[in-house]
Amino acid sequence: MSARAVVTGIGVVAPSGIGADAHWRTVLAGTRRTGPLTLFDPSGYPTRHGGEVPGFDAAGYADNRRLVQTDRWTHLGFAATRLALADAGLPERAPDPYGYAVALASSSGGNLFGQRELQRLWGGSSRTVGAYQSIAWFYAASVGQLSIHHQFKGPCGVLVAEAAGGLDSLAHAARAIRRGTPVVIAGATECPLSPYALACQLRSGMLSDVADPERAYRPFDAAASGYLPAEGGAVFVVEELAHALARGARVYGEVAGWGSTHDAVHTGPDTAGDPVQYARAMRLALDRAGVPAEAVDVVLPDALGVARYDRSEAVALRAVFGDRSPPVTTQKPLTGRAHQGGSALDVATALLAFAHDTLPASAGPDEVADGCELDFLRGHRRPRTRVALVGARGFDGFNSALVLRGAAPVRGVHG
Amino acid sequence: MRERRTVVTGIGVVAPGGVSRDRFWKAITEGRTATRRITFFDPTPFRSQIAAECDFDPVAAGLTDAECRRADRYVQFALACAAEAVADAGLDLTDAQRERTGVVLGTAVGGTMALEQEYVTVSDAGRHWLVDATLGGRFLYQALVPSSLAADVACRHRLHGPAQVVSTGCTSGIDAIGYAHQLIADDEADVVLAGAADSPISPVTVASFDAIKATSPDNDDPAHASRPFDADRRGFVLAEGAAVLVLEEAGHARRRGAHVYCEVAGYASRSNGYHMTGLRPDGLEMGLAVSAALKQGGIAPDQVSYISAHGSGTRQNDRHETAAFKRALGQAAYRVPVSSIKSMVGHSLGAIGSIEMAACALAIEFGVVPPTANWTTRDPECDLDYVPNEARELPVDVALSVGSGFGGFQSAMVFRRTSGAVAA
Repeated sequence: MSARAVVTGIGVVAPSGIGADAHWRTVLAGTRRTGPLTLFDPSGYPTRHGGEVPGFDAAGYADNRRLVQTDRWTHLGFAATRLALADAGLPERAPDPYGYAVALASSSGGNLFGQRELQRLWGGSSRTVGAYQSIAWFYAASVGQLSIHHQFKGPCGVLVAEAAGGLDSLAHAARAIRRGTPVVIAGATECPLSPYALACQLRSGMLSDVADPERAYRPFDAAASGYLPAEGGAVFVVEELAHALARGARVYGEVAGWGSTHDAVHTGPDTAGDPVQYARAMRLALDRAGVPAEAVDVVLPDALGVARYDRSEAVALRAVFGDRSPPVTTQKPLTGRAHQGGSALDVATALLAFAHDTLPASAGPDEVADGCELDFLRGHRRPRTRVALVGARGFDGFNSALVLRGAAPVRGVHG
Repeated sequence: MRERRTVVTGIGVVAPGGVSRDRFWKAITEGRTATRRITFFDPTPFRSQIAAECDFDPVAAGLTDAECRRADRYVQFALACAAEAVADAGLDLTDAQRERTGVVLGTAVGGTMALEQEYVTVSDAGRHWLVDATLGGRFLYQALVPSSLAADVACRHRLHGPAQVVSTGCTSGIDAIGYAHQLIADDEADVVLAGAADSPISPVTVASFDAIKATSPDNDDPAHASRPFDADRRGFVLAEGAAVLVLEEAGHARRRGAHVYCEVAGYASRSNGYHMTGLRPDGLEMGLAVSAALKQGGIAPDQVSYISAHGSGTRQNDRHETAAFKRALGQAAYRVPVSSIKSMVGHSLGAIGSIEMAACALAIEFGVVPPTANWTTRDPECDLDYVPNEARELPVDVALSVGSGFGGFQSAMVFRRTSGAVAA
C-alpha cells in the first residue's frame, strides 16, 4: 500500500491553449478564451457561447485512418495523451505494455459522431449507420483507441461522474499504481458541443444565456448566471514514484489524497448541492493525504457559476477550513466547463502553479456574491506549503476532491 | 494493515426471460432461451431483427412515478435490481453506514435508447441538424450523462459513499464489480451496490451492429439464434438487462449476521492493444487477466469449478476465449465446465458481465451450473466442455467469469465459496 502516485506529464488541450505552456500563459494573463461557438451555428440556442480549443488540427496527432473512426472528443484525447507522454519523456509506444494503463473519464462520449449517425439513420433514405458508429460513440472509444495506439495493455478503465469524474480518474490511477501498474494515463477530454449535446445540456438548467461572453460565466459573482460549456481537458502521466525517479523523470507533484461522496439528492431547480457531503469529500481527501486543513496552500473550486451552488460551495469550504479560508482561485471562467475535462484541467493548473512557483490570480469574481466571501486570489502569489485542494461536483449529486502535493519548482520552466 | 475481504450478500437481477433473481435463475437452469423477434419497434428494415428483451414493468418493480418519469429504461432496471439486492441482503443501514456505502455501476451505452427517441423529436426525424432544444424532454440531460445510473441508485437508497459509473464497453459489468471490490479492499467503503445495466435495443444500436455484421441474422428462428461455441453460430443476439450485487466487507457482513453467497477472490483486467473489434487468436490478454485474478485469490487452475464464458457467439470470440482458457488453465481447461448464458439471455453489452457474476454467485449457492443452450454441432476449434443444453448439478467452490469488449478490454473475476469461518 506504500506505492506513491506522482504526475510526471501534463497534456492540455483546452480553450486555454494546446500544451501545458499555452494553458499556463492564458492562466497567468487571465485571458478569457470563451467566445461564440463555431463548431456549429448556435443562433437558434439561448446559449451561443462556449469554450472551443483554438486552432485544433487533429491531423497533427493521429493518422487519418484513426481520425475517421473517431469523434472529435477522441481526437482531443489523442492530442492530450501525446502531449502528456512527450512532456513526461516517455516514448509513443509503451516499452512495457502491461505496466502501462489508460483510465480516463468521459461523460459525453462521441456525441458529435453519434448525432451524425442518428441523422443518417432517421433522415436518410436507408435505415443504416456507418461501420464506425459502434466503435466511435460509446464512452470507452477513446481509451480503447489510446490503448491500441500506445500499447497500454494494463488495467484500462473509463469513469463517469459527470463533472466530478476527472478527479476520480486520478484517484483510480493512484489505486491502480498501488496494485502494481507503474504508469497510468489519467484525466479527461470532452467535446459536448454538438448541436444535440448542447440541447441536452440546456435541459440541465445550468447554462448561462447571457449574450456577452465577458459576463456570461461568473462563478461566486453577484452576477452569476450559470456556466458556459466547453470542450477539451487535460491528460496526465501518473506514475509510481520509484519508477519515475529511476528514469530521472521530472515530478510535478503527488496525487496525495482523494475522496468522493454523493448527496443522494437529485439536482433540480431548487437544489444547491449538499455542502455537508461536499465538505466530507474534501476532508476524506485531506485525511488520506495526511494534510491538516491549515496546510492547504490553494483551493481550486468547482465554481459552477449558479448562485445557489456557488453559495453551497462556499459553505462547504468554510466547513472544512473554518474562518481562515486558504486562497481560492478559479480559472474556469477563462475556458468554460468541459464536463469531466474541466476538473482535470484544474488539476493541470494546480500542478503548473507549483512548477512555476506561482499561484495564479483568480478569474473573478468581480463583485463577490453574498455568502460567497472567500479569500479569492487577487494577484499572483508565491506558493508556501505547495498543497492544493481541487474540488469538483457532478450533476445529480457527485462530489469529489483531490489533494495534490506539489514538487519543488522546476528550473528552466518559463512562466 | 489487515486485509479487507469482500463478500456478496445480496443479488438483484432483471434479465430477459427472468425479471428477478429467482426467475432468472430458474429460466437459465432450465435452459430456456429468451431471444425473440424485436417488439420495441418494427425491425423489418434491419439485418438482425432479433433480441432478448425484458418483460419489465417498472410499476410492478416498485418504482415510484417520479422514477418512472425521470429514469431511462436502463436506470429503471438498475433501480429494480438494487432494491431486490438490498432486500435480499437484509441491509438496514444507519446514517453512519450510509456514508460508507457506495454505488459503482457499469453501462456500455447508457441512455442511448432515450437519446435516440428524443433525437427523433428534437430533429423532426432527422430533418434538422440544428435541433430544437425546446422540444426535448425534461430529463434530456440525465439521458446524455450516464452518471445518472449511479446517481439514481444512490438517491433511492440515500447512500453517501463514493458513487461512479464505469463504462468500459462490454466489460463494464465485471469492471464495476471489480472497482467496487477495490474500494472495499482499500477501506474507502464498507458496502457497495455494484453491478451494471444496459437497454440498447433501439434502432441505432441495431443498425450499428448490422453495419459490422456482428449480430445474428437468424431472423427465422430467434429462439435458437444465440449459439455460442456451436459450429453454426452466426453472431451475437443483442439484449438488455441488469444485475446489482451487494458487496460487503466480510467483517461488516459477519457482524450483522448476513447470509453470504460467496467471496470476491480476484479481479483483473488487461487490454489487448490489438484492434477495436478484433481479437488476437491466441487469447493472450484474456489469459493474462484470468491468471492474475486467480493468483490474487491463491487459486490453482485445477481448483476452478466453473467458468462463465464471455461466449458471445461470434466465431472470433469463441475461439479467442477457448484459447485463453487453455493458456491460463493448461490441461485443467479440458476438465472445467464452461458455459455461456448469453445463449439464453443474449448479450446485454455492459450489463451482461454483472448478470453473469450473479449467475456465478447463484451457481456457488445452489451447486448448479447453467448450460450453454442451442449447442448442437461441435466446432473442432472449440473443444472444451461447454455444458450443452442441460444444467449440471455439481458443487461449485470457485467460479470464474470473463468478459471481452470492443476497445480490447479483457476482464476476469473469480468468486469463491466461503466456508462458515471465512468471514471471521
